[in-house]
Amino acid sequence: MTARRSDNTPDSSALGYNYRRHLSERFIEAVLFLTAFVSVAITLAIVVMLVTESLSFFKHVSLWEFLTDTQWTPLFDNAHYGILPLVSGTVVSSAVALLVAIPMGTITAIYLSEFAPFTVREMAKPFLELLGGVPTVVYGYFALLFVTPLLQKIFPELPGFSLLSAGLVMGIMIIPYVSSMAEDAMRAVPMHLREGSYAMGATRFQTAVRVVMPGAFSGIAAAYILGISRAVGETMVVAIAAGMQPNLTWNPMEPAATITAYIVQVSLGDLPHGSIGYQTIFAAGLTLLLITLVFNIIGHLLRKRFREVY
Amino acid sequence: MSDSDAQNLREIRAIIARHKLGDLIFLVTGLLVLMIAVLTFIALFSHMLIDGLPRLSWDFFTSFPSRRPESAGILSAWMGTTLVMIVTAAAAVPLGVGAGIYLEEYAPKNILTDLIEINVTNLAGVPSIIYGLLALSLFVHQLGFGQSILSAGLALALLILPIVIVATREAIRAIPVTIREGAYALGATKWQTVSDHLLPYSAAGILTGIIIGLARAIGETAPIITIGALTFIAFLPPSPFKEEFPYISFEWLMAPFTVMPIQMFNWVSRPEEAFQVNAAAAGLVLVIMTLTMNALAIYLRYRMRKNLKW
Repeated sequence: MTARRSDNTPDSSALGYNYRRHLSERFIEAVLFLTAFVSVAITLAIVVMLVTESLSFFKHVSLWEFLTDTQWTPLFDNAHYGILPLVSGTVVSSAVALLVAIPMGTITAIYLSEFAPFTVREMAKPFLELLGGVPTVVYGYFALLFVTPLLQKIFPELPGFSLLSAGLVMGIMIIPYVSSMAEDAMRAVPMHLREGSYAMGATRFQTAVRVVMPGAFSGIAAAYILGISRAVGETMVVAIAAGMQPNLTWNPMEPAATITAYIVQVSLGDLPHGSIGYQTIFAAGLTLLLITLVFNIIGHLLRKRFREVY
Repeated sequence: MSDSDAQNLREIRAIIARHKLGDLIFLVTGLLVLMIAVLTFIALFSHMLIDGLPRLSWDFFTSFPSRRPESAGILSAWMGTTLVMIVTAAAAVPLGVGAGIYLEEYAPKNILTDLIEINVTNLAGVPSIIYGLLALSLFVHQLGFGQSILSAGLALALLILPIVIVATREAIRAIPVTIREGAYALGATKWQTVSDHLLPYSAAGILTGIIIGLARAIGETAPIITIGALTFIAFLPPSPFKEEFPYISFEWLMAPFTVMPIQMFNWVSRPEEAFQVNAAAAGLVLVIMTLTMNALAIYLRYRMRKNLKW
């Protein structure tokens, strides 16, 4: 650059250099913006795709039938298109999972954040992370071939596929998600609140439950909502261990299909593109997305309502 | 000391003892819950180890799947997983890192940026099977990629994009602002600052995120089933290397394929016990693959935290 400056037209060449520099900066910024915008494009694509494919489904089946029919047999000659059996399977398996994951996840979070000595914490956190990294298909194998036989020793009438065993394993699978998020929220509560509580003579447990947990409520709620979305959207564990027969039941001891298991079942077969059977999986997918969306909105509102700023 | 004082003292001591007992009970409960998580993992791993280890041999890795369980292997599955991961990484890494850099360093404070940020958070909560439906509709049918390695790789890339974006943002945010100011003071442009300083210093953090994302992608089954991957593939995709010019061929991108979790799912869902032994062996390989990747990520993060002193 110094050499160029000593030429007889220093200003114009410096200007050209600056101009090129400016141009390439703008270009790079535009490219980076496009990469960031891809995520928005994905969301739009998901919504557009699910809605258009479902619209062609709802040309054949009325929304009323979809929501109220109690049978889901789209692939039979006598076809019924009632989503209720799939929803009941999803609700029951998720409920079992959450009955395991929410108490155990919360206890783990309180223990790690308020009670555990440093070394236990340093060992438990990566371990829980590893537990969350095990592929779901492996958990499905575990539910079908280990947990179900174990449960059958306690409940001899339990069938080979059941919502109970799928839900239990799903619950254990979700613990790391709930606990790590809830723990992060609890650790974000400032130390002086705890010290104030201890100074008033409260024990660790009282402080954890009455001071730290209310202070971290919005983060803990977010952790629960994440757990619910994971349970509702979980696929492989239920597809392997809960059977794939749509079954309108609220009893966890029975086999039943969830929304996700139905999508897997159809995808394993060979349905032609554009057929009504092909469109059912998009209607099922849209239902699933709406359910998770409702929970995400609830979570967002809870976070806004109870947010504590320190 | 009067009688009533002594009475008070006794009462207070009783209260303190009760509260301390509460603490102790919770401490034991917390440890128990943590133990349940540990025991589950041990049960899962040892069950698979006992069933699957005898099956693991050189032949298992170099044979195609077969109707006879004792001669079936995972050659096409691990080849498929490797190739799909190459596509996933090639798509998710530039997009995710680019979006992370944009959001952290370039994005102005406006509605569009808020929209992108909210969107990335929400994408992380979308069930994986929905990405499968998107890929089925968009990549397989509308763009005409078919049920190929390309479709599967792109589907998984969309799935792990939020993980890579968040990891990139966190890694870049951790770099103190003085580094940026130093670079600007020397006349560096924004991109020079990013590429010469911010990216090299955050490389380890970004790499951690990429590894965690890929470990998640390796185990994902549902989206790949949804795009209709075949489960019985007794051939390999065309080789990426050629004898004649230009020596590299991309035919494999369009080839049908199977991956490790699909192969395992296929074996788990068969009634014969011999196939379930194969499933255990395939699961063992899969778990070791994901656990190694996760452990590597945890180790990288740990080392980073130790060595980093700004």
